[in-house]
Amino acid sequence: MRYLTARKRAEGKGAAGTGTEHFWYMKMSGVGLALIIPVFLVTFGRAIGGTREEVLATFAHPAMAILTGLVIFFGLRHFAGGAQTMIEDYTHGSTRRALVIFTTILSYGLIATGLFALAKIAL
Amino acid sequence: MAESTEVERPLSPHLQIYRPQMTSISSILTRITGNALIVAAFLIVWWLLAAATSESYFATADAVLTSWFGDLVMTLSLWAVWYHYLAGLRHLYFDAGKGLEIETAERLGWACIIGSVVLTVITLFLV
Repeated sequence: MRYLTARKRAEGKGAAGTGTEHFWYMKMSGVGLALIIPVFLVTFGRAIGGTREEVLATFAHPAMAILTGLVIFFGLRHFAGGAQTMIEDYTHGSTRRALVIFTTILSYGLIATGLFALAKIAL
Repeated sequence: MAESTEVERPLSPHLQIYRPQMTSISSILTRITGNALIVAAFLIVWWLLAAATSESYFATADAVLTSWFGDLVMTLSLWAVWYHYLAGLRHLYFDAGKGLEIETAERLGWACIIGSVVLTVITLFLV
């Protein structure tokens, strides 16, 4: 037990107890995605429509594998954060908790699947 | 999350009362585009997994993504990314305490809508 007053422990954390973490994560991931999304859109757009050999060659390139991995990870974490905000705006109670859990699981599930596929292609 | 018992409270005027405005429409479009992009994310991850797995699995996923329906979903998603992108930049600007005058905010809303269409067309030319 630290010698802190109750007020000091609560200060700046708000009702959720985590302060502005969520808000700040959305900003950080948003700025990060803004830097890489334009490149991804063009490179991915060029890859789609090719034969399997061409697609594998594209995503086996280190730069493309790293870029795609970053887009998948931060894109889906950014999605989960935004979707959670939407869920919290429109639903309450158990429905809210169930939907937030579902969204989080969906996000991590897609991240794991995407990274597995990339690893299999690139390594 | 502590939930208190349901109390009947007066509601403030809501969507059905307000006339659609550029500020509200551009805001709700940000939410719709951001959340709708899960469809594209799902398809892309599936397509990558199929490519990593086998020739026949890739043929299936690729047929879906490159069908007319896949093209439609991907093109709409491309617009959604660009809209969400510009709206996100606008939010960063708003967060800095700038551009909040009604006229400026409305002009920025139009910039997001027109800019996203222009960027979508440019991207389609580049790919």
